[in-house]
Amino acid sequence: MNKTEDILRAILVDLLGLPAAQVTAMDADTELFGALPELDSMAVAGLLTEMEDRLGITIDDDDVDGELFATFGNLVAFTQAKLAD
Amino acid sequence: MRHIPYVYNGAYEFCLMAGDANAARRIIIAAPLFDEMNRMRRVLVSTMRLLALRGIASCLPDLPGCNESVADLAVQDVDIWRSTFSAAAAQTGATHVVSIRGGALISDGLGDLPHWRLAPVKGASLLKTMLRTRIASDKEAGIINSMDALLASGLDARIELAGNRMGPAMLISLQNAEAADWPQLTIAALGEGDDDVTGSALWMRAEPQDDPAMAASLAEQLDRWSAACGK
Repeated sequence: MNKTEDILRAILVDLLGLPAAQVTAMDADTELFGALPELDSMAVAGLLTEMEDRLGITIDDDDVDGELFATFGNLVAFTQAKLAD
Repeated sequence: MRHIPYVYNGAYEFCLMAGDANAARRIIIAAPLFDEMNRMRRVLVSTMRLLALRGIASCLPDLPGCNESVADLAVQDVDIWRSTFSAAAAQTGATHVVSIRGGALISDGLGDLPHWRLAPVKGASLLKTMLRTRIASDKEAGIINSMDALLASGLDARIELAGNRMGPAMLISLQNAEAADWPQLTIAALGEGDDDVTGSALWMRAEPQDDPAMAASLAEQLDRWSAACGK
């Protein structure tokens, strides 16, 4: 467990209203987009802005594709790459 | 609960009022802006009822172009909303100012009153989320749009963002809006601490929701804070 993952989990709980236990149980292979009814394309808009605000990163239109929210692991890897920029 | 009118620039807007208008503590509430307001309104109204039971009056004004207002949203901007909110505060005799999220951007014209803010947000962040929502809905309709292209067209003519008709002045003012600092300012967050509000970020949810426990926590914190402000 690291700090970036914790922040992402907190955002998922706050934004989608998922139970904390469900989000804590997520691992790299947990599917997000398509598997969570709460995560539609509108919710993605709020999620991206919240990630920018809480993690201090900037996300460009070009960064956002279907893969980004496919799994929790993808989301963590994307965020860590952004933080390393 | 009752509606009373207030006047701004010769036009009437409504305030939702709860509690005794002569109460010693009279809180004016700046709700979150745009679609975040719709998601929080139910909890805010529940909070106002609970405040009334604690002997505290509260007022939730409609901004021009929002809720019951007949004004055109497309001609509004953050500065107009700030002036309107200040007018509502003066006309209802507010003693305390509470804001949530983007409400902090329009409630900062009242520097001499004590302020309490929950989870303030920059105007630029609100705008970015609305631009992204528009891009997502365009995409579902087979239209490829970008944030830069949308912003450029929005500075030229009115555009619709997440169900809101926005004029150029609103876009520009949102891009630059940040909540001002005050001497009598308390900034609260969601959490489990003594000064935190228990609950979740209902303003971000895809669907409006109720949360009676959050309304109770808000009322408790606002009672404690407003009493400590000595009014």
